[in-house]
Amino acid sequence: MVENRPYVTFMAHAVLIFGVIIVALPIWVTFVAATHDELRMTQIPLPLLPGGHFFENLNEVLFEGVGSRGSPVGMMLLNSLIMALLIAVGKISISLLSAFAIVYFRFPFRMGFFWLIFITLMLPVEVRILPTFAVVADLGLLDSYMGLSLPLIASATATFLFRQVFLGVPDELLEAARIDGAGPMRFFWDILLPITRTNIAALFVILFIYGWNQYLWPLLITTDQSMYTVVMAIKQLLEAAEETPQWHLIMMTTLLAMAPPIAVVVGMQKLFVKGLTETEK
Amino acid sequence: MLKRVHFGPSVLPFLLVGPQILITLIFFIWPASQALYQSVLIEDAFGLSSEFVWFDNFIELFEDVGYWESVGRTFFFSSLVAALSMSAALILAAMADRIIKVVLAYQTLLIWPYAVAPVVAGALWMFLFDPTLGIVAYTLDMFGYDWNHKLNGNEAMTLVVFAASWKMVSYNFLFFVAGMQSIPKSLIEAAAIDGAGPLRRFTSIIFPLLSPTTFFLLVMNVVYAFFDTFGIVHAVTKGGPARATEILVYKVYNDGFIGLDLGGSAAQSVILMMIVIALTVVQFRYVEKKVAY
Repeated sequence: MVENRPYVTFMAHAVLIFGVIIVALPIWVTFVAATHDELRMTQIPLPLLPGGHFFENLNEVLFEGVGSRGSPVGMMLLNSLIMALLIAVGKISISLLSAFAIVYFRFPFRMGFFWLIFITLMLPVEVRILPTFAVVADLGLLDSYMGLSLPLIASATATFLFRQVFLGVPDELLEAARIDGAGPMRFFWDILLPITRTNIAALFVILFIYGWNQYLWPLLITTDQSMYTVVMAIKQLLEAAEETPQWHLIMMTTLLAMAPPIAVVVGMQKLFVKGLTETEK
Repeated sequence: MLKRVHFGPSVLPFLLVGPQILITLIFFIWPASQALYQSVLIEDAFGLSSEFVWFDNFIELFEDVGYWESVGRTFFFSSLVAALSMSAALILAAMADRIIKVVLAYQTLLIWPYAVAPVVAGALWMFLFDPTLGIVAYTLDMFGYDWNHKLNGNEAMTLVVFAASWKMVSYNFLFFVAGMQSIPKSLIEAAAIDGAGPLRRFTSIIFPLLSPTTFFLLVMNVVYAFFDTFGIVHAVTKGGPARATEILVYKVYNDGFIGLDLGGSAAQSVILMMIVIALTVVQFRYVEKKVAY
């Protein structure tokens, strides 16, 4: 702080607290709704303080699901987790390998490969959904974990990030490793990977959130209820709410859908901020 | 690009880039070329026959008033989202910059929305504004305002803009805070000695020096509003009422998967791809010219 102005500092706190309240309000109201029973959630005005039915609702949603046709949310959470992990681990692995090849090897078509990867930066899944759907259907990957994750795995951003990191690694390390008789893969595994550990962790946080929050793609390629992810289920619940509003269960599901990524962001805040600022530059 | 010390040619590098290239070709390049190809075809609804029609799909699209309305709506929506979320984040960041000691505490409380999926954000806001039950709708009703986004197009747009901006505030906040903290303190102190108050310092020094961050965020917010808000629109309004919230990325999906107009949808995809490419180029030119202080 440059000068001491108690009023301005007080106002800064007031504005920030107001901002926090606005940001937290939707999440708080959701949490509160998930702690009441069905009857209370039909009485106007809705409660603003938590009730005592949290674990009851949690139990019902996790193991039985919402409504008569709903599938257990516990299973959807597992599907979401598998998809998010496959996408995050897959993206990081293939990007590490290709960045390693592009930075550390001289080989034909090196720049051609680089530009091919670069192009993917410009093609988000939303703009090529129909033909990508056709490809996945032709490969027989509908309703499978591979179909959920593979088309989202190629990432120019991750490749660029690792390229940047590798370019900053001192040349002496490779020279030393060579003198000690290490081959390329040995160098990659024992030297390159350990020194990029924090970058990998930071990227993992971002990619986990990205994978967990996928919506349109799972919506299109899953028809089997046992493959539903929790994020895509929200939409069906909202539609069902038009007929039978079971808001206490819907909001419990919503809470479960956002809890894991929020836990990751808040719990690994340093890595998250690092990942965010690195991938966008 | 290539390390001064590197490995010579062998099969190994091909094996290393192999997985990524394979996935890129199968799931990116091939579908994108299919979209290009379909955009010059007219197919009947059952996919039995197709006809090559040059640019008829594009011409039809450009003559369609509904398409231009959707274009206008998308620009309107994106500007609102960018303006709302960036100005809110800027104000919060400017306040947080004053009280560095506790900035981390506020940051923890403000970054949550980034982790929330767009469709979930839509569900949260929809619940707040539910015409019969929602807490905000109830409060508005007490003041004599009858809120119903299911019937009123402007209200539907407002709701979608709120949900979309809410999610983006965290991201903008983090980048604005980082941008402000990289401004040398000596500049601020010099201005303070010259008698500039907090507001004057913000308008004459901090905000101008933040312009690279602001420009970068503007591009990122537009990209977000164009492509990542599909879940919000799909869950909250389904483009309605009466197409009031049908933005371009929703229209591609709706015309293709629901309306089964493959050629028209592919033509729209191609136009969207060109928009992404343009935005990516703008972003990269920014990276090159990044101002360092």
